[in-house]
Amino acid sequence: MAKPKVAFFDFAGCEGDQLQVANLEEELLDLLGQVEVVSFREVMKEHSDNYDIAFIEGSCTRLQDEERLKQIRKTAKLVVAIGSCATIGGINSLRNDKDLDDVRKTVYGEDARLFDSYAARPIDAVIPVDAYVHGCPITKDEFLSVVKSLLLGKKPDIPTYPVCVECKKNENVCAFERGQYCVGPVTRAGCNSCCVNEGTICWGCRGLVDNPNENSEKEVLIKYGLTVDDAINKFKLYFGWQERKR
Amino acid sequence: MKERNLDINVHHVTRVEGHGNIYVNVRKGTIEKCEWNISEAPRFFEAMVVGRNWRELHHITSRICGICSIGHTLASLRATEAAMGITISEQDLKLRKLALHAENMQSHVLHLGFLVLPDLLGVGSVIPVASSNPEEVKTVLRVHRLANEMSNLLCGRTTHPQRLIPGGFSKIPSMKELAELRERLQASVPDLLKVAELFKSLASKLPDFTRETEFIGLTKPDEYAFYDGNLGSTDTGTAPVTEYLSFTNEYIVPWSTAKRAKHTRDSYMVGALARLNLNYDKLSPLAKKTAELFGLKPVCHNPFMNNIAQLVEVVHNVEDSIRLIDELEATGLQQQPDYNNPPIKVKAGRGIGAVEVPRGILFHDYTYNEKGICTKANCVIPTNQNHGNIELDMKALVPKILDKKEKEIELSLEMLVRAYDPCISCSTHYVKVNFV
Ligand code: SF4
Ligand code: SF4
Ligand code: SF4
Repeated sequence: MAKPKVAFFDFAGCEGDQLQVANLEEELLDLLGQVEVVSFREVMKEHSDNYDIAFIEGSCTRLQDEERLKQIRKTAKLVVAIGSCATIGGINSLRNDKDLDDVRKTVYGEDARLFDSYAARPIDAVIPVDAYVHGCPITKDEFLSVVKSLLLGKKPDIPTYPVCVECKKNENVCAFERGQYCVGPVTRAGCNSCCVNEGTICWGCRGLVDNPNENSEKEVLIKYGLTVDDAINKFKLYFGWQERKR
Repeated sequence: MKERNLDINVHHVTRVEGHGNIYVNVRKGTIEKCEWNISEAPRFFEAMVVGRNWRELHHITSRICGICSIGHTLASLRATEAAMGITISEQDLKLRKLALHAENMQSHVLHLGFLVLPDLLGVGSVIPVASSNPEEVKTVLRVHRLANEMSNLLCGRTTHPQRLIPGGFSKIPSMKELAELRERLQASVPDLLKVAELFKSLASKLPDFTRETEFIGLTKPDEYAFYDGNLGSTDTGTAPVTEYLSFTNEYIVPWSTAKRAKHTRDSYMVGALARLNLNYDKLSPLAKKTAELFGLKPVCHNPFMNNIAQLVEVVHNVEDSIRLIDELEATGLQQQPDYNNPPIKVKAGRGIGAVEVPRGILFHDYTYNEKGICTKANCVIPTNQNHGNIELDMKALVPKILDKKEKEIELSLEMLVRAYDPCISCSTHYVKVNFV
């Protein structure tokens, strides 16, 4: 069988997710044994419009970008959103609560009208998406495991429980205990609670758990006297788009 | 060449990506148009942070750039700390400098190995280089991996650091981990010298082109400045960082979503070459030797030598990191009791943080109210400061190479853009030049 052809695309993002892929180094070379990369602007000059799997980084923030996305959907058999900007709207959706004209003027002043833009949204708000690699940035391991599942024709296994579950397993002192806030109780796990392990808090980068009313970490919420909505609204860094849809 | 007509359109529009566009039209040997522009979707960070809490700013602004996320985080923290009068310990200062060295190494090695080397060898990506020069590619990968692991050790992860927080760190490495890092840094020196030799053997492929310009970057009397210092210019000398707006003078051109900057001339340059031109005397011994190997001396006005300046800086990053670890070892690491929640008194004020990141000087400027909520923000990104200079270089370069084949003109222009390493989104090999 011919190796599947894969291509990487980026929209409004920071390229941090593609960098994680470039950082695979030797594992990337291994992966190259199984797939053929036909387009990856971070590391290669060649480009082809003939691909089977499209990895998309970044949010859609302009009407003009929708055309490009639709073209990708037409060409690719599988579309994979990589990183929060692409999977949930991510950090870009911070601006969605604000008046977009003001936002443009803050950055570009009088020339704001030159820069067209609308509410930042995830890729699946524009085209159907087949698989998700969450995180800001994605982790190399999860990327590899999602790719492997896809190559085997399996559905990737993505946690539906909150970060607290991993955090407790790791025996961290809870951020609330340290007098800080944390959105781990409503955030989708899968990162091994890495930010709390490093001494900070969960900022919510992997997005809300599916159906937060059921799947959030009730025990922690009750202990600190919070409702699910409190936890979600505590500081909406990443949940902007998801929250609006709820 | 009087009769030459040329139309170059480097586009991202019909193809899929490539956010940097080159347009050149030549009629009868005269340049009618020569434009470098960016069409990347704007992300509006300065507006996004308004209304946010001081504890979140560095986390948000780190996401401006995945490749310089340590630098953005540190510029952000320094702005917040300046606004609130927060000081950090000597130890944290050294650890932050190590983090910055790690990022600079990682970024430069990726650029040199993955983007510049294929150009010099006349191929399209690092993939064929891996089969034609396997040893060299392995060497580059080794140094790259070391730099990444160093970022991990200091910041928690390589992209979007976790441990860097207002007031210091949320967690620090152990002395044992630092000692192991020191060993590996020491062991990477022969690798670096091999990479330097490889570039030396290919250096004649770098165009011999000069155009006088102004160089701007941080300077310090006693060190090759990355983390802090004064503003320095090769035209006007030094000034305090608080005067940065009179240096950057950002402006907008309608055909590009990226801002531009100018100081005394029509444009200026920031980045490794600017730093080297301003701080040459403070390079570490081996770094200086590396510069000498290529005859690189201040003030060098050949933008293509920015590649070599990056190589020199990598050597400096390694040597200076070893020095910093030695100093930490001499005093011993203090475990601060307040790590991960330093005592901070929130107050209103404005603060500016300037840090040297791989592509040049970066400014974050925040104003906070008495509750610690950000009311105003301004970020000046290195690549934006270079756009004007890139365009003027193109205008000067095109007439000099007009007698060459189209393919060669195309490659020279691409190489010029890549020499600036203008943030991977526009510098990469998919800046494709189409002759129509
Ligand atoms: S998800 Fe995070 S790492 Fe990925 S592009 Fe967006 S900001 Fe960058
Ligand atoms: S609230 Fe945060 S710190 Fe506490 S257990 Fe959950 S994830 Fe961990
Ligand atoms: S701990 Fe939270 S913020 Fe950190 S990676 Fe996991 S989901 Fe993202």
